[in-house]
Amino acid sequence: MSNVFVALGRSMAGSVRDLLPIVLVIAFFQLMVLQQPVPDLVGLLTGLLCVVAGLTFFIYGLEMGLFPIGQVLAHAFARKGSLFWLLLFAFSLGFGTTVAEPALIAVAAEAATVAAEGGMIEATDSAKSSYASGLRYTVAFSVGLAIVVGVIRILKGWPIHYMIAVGYVMVIIMTGFAPREIIGIAYDSGGVTTSTITVPLVTALGVGLASSIEGRNPMVDGFGLIAFASLTPMIFVMAYGMVI
Amino acid sequence: METLSQLFTILLSTIKDVMPIIVIIFGFQLLVIRRPIPHLKRVLIGFVYVIVGLALFLLGLDKALFPIGELMAQQLTDPDFIRGSVATADETLHWSDYYWVYIFAFAIGASTTIAEPSLIAVAIKANEVSGGAIGVWGLRLAVALGVAVGISLGTWRIVTGYPIHWFIISGYIFVVIQTFFAPKLIVPLAYDSGGVTTSTVTVPLVAALGLGLASTVPGRSALIDGFGLIAFASLFPMITVMGYAQITEMVAARDRRKREEMVNKE
Repeated sequence: MSNVFVALGRSMAGSVRDLLPIVLVIAFFQLMVLQQPVPDLVGLLTGLLCVVAGLTFFIYGLEMGLFPIGQVLAHAFARKGSLFWLLLFAFSLGFGTTVAEPALIAVAAEAATVAAEGGMIEATDSAKSSYASGLRYTVAFSVGLAIVVGVIRILKGWPIHYMIAVGYVMVIIMTGFAPREIIGIAYDSGGVTTSTITVPLVTALGVGLASSIEGRNPMVDGFGLIAFASLTPMIFVMAYGMVI
Repeated sequence: METLSQLFTILLSTIKDVMPIIVIIFGFQLLVIRRPIPHLKRVLIGFVYVIVGLALFLLGLDKALFPIGELMAQQLTDPDFIRGSVATADETLHWSDYYWVYIFAFAIGASTTIAEPSLIAVAIKANEVSGGAIGVWGLRLAVALGVAVGISLGTWRIVTGYPIHWFIISGYIFVVIQTFFAPKLIVPLAYDSGGVTTSTVTVPLVAALGLGLASTVPGRSALIDGFGLIAFASLFPMITVMGYAQITEMVAARDRRKREEMVNKE
């Protein structure tokens, strides 16, 4: 039992160290640059305590739960050797984790406002909400597709940079045709889709797959799934802006 | 009491977010793979830790960091504050008058990236897979530097009003060219680190900075120019991570040469 506490204590110290920079930056700007007192010091300190405790538990649980399960699933699929189920799993993981992502819901709502203001859709609530949910499903579909493509790449051992370069070329071409209002949101949507729980899980899946297939190097082939997941939303959001 | 009920609400919404993942994993486990999960109890406890940890983390951010960070972003982009350094009030502001904004963008970008949980996760994994060749801190600092440079360049773009796609497209071209010179092992990880940098901590603060800036700089629209900072923050880490690997490789090669010269002299 005491081992658990030692481990928790050690990762707690790590969390404090991880958060120290933010505290220093905020303190410096508040006191030296803006020259204002810190509002609600008690609330700030309790909040910081929560952040430290939360980060500690998260990292602890990561190595106990998320990493092992990603690895176990990857090995099980590799052993089973059924491509269909593996790809279906990859798609559901990408789609399922993205469609409910709070950051994406927020961005989709913003995008609907922009579209209404740019006159692309009617400025009514129902038009906006159908635009926003359409966008959400589009992005979720594109992330699902990205994970599928990424998994196929791991299986085949294709070099990643050609695929990413092709993706970039597509983004650049689409930028030329997409409505100007949607471009900023489209570029941002690549970054917001990958959540804190998806990233460790998808990384463990990729590395697990690459290490259980003969001839694949986990470093070269295992990483890269997140890169696809942040590229395809840009293309699909711009396409969505062009079609609607 | 209020905090407790808030924690409960956040806990529920975290569980709701994690639900699809749990359903997918255990659904496939039970229906397709049909094999027991090793150390099932441990894994489940780990999941509980992750959910509780994430909920506490979000609660703390909501209570402590976001209000003050957003307030600061507003205050720093306030024309009155920026005018403080300019002699006359009717003088038009030059982009260089916004220097505190750029410095804040740099500092907040770097410090929030260091605390980003998903980056910590990827760094741990990369360290493990590379057998220690890629240091956890080396990777995290390289990514933090990239985010910092990206966000401060992004705020400069909002102030000057240059179209975003010029920057992003030249960034992409740079990344593709750099890929051919970077050590092969780092390339996929570098591409990944673009996407992992921006999640829980960075996005809300950076979004507040972008929207605040776009709504106070004359001639900018918050809706059109307020976006795009995240895109900058996901582009530059690719460049810095590849750069980090290139520098480590160069240093290692130089050390090797030195050692060989020593051996030859003897």
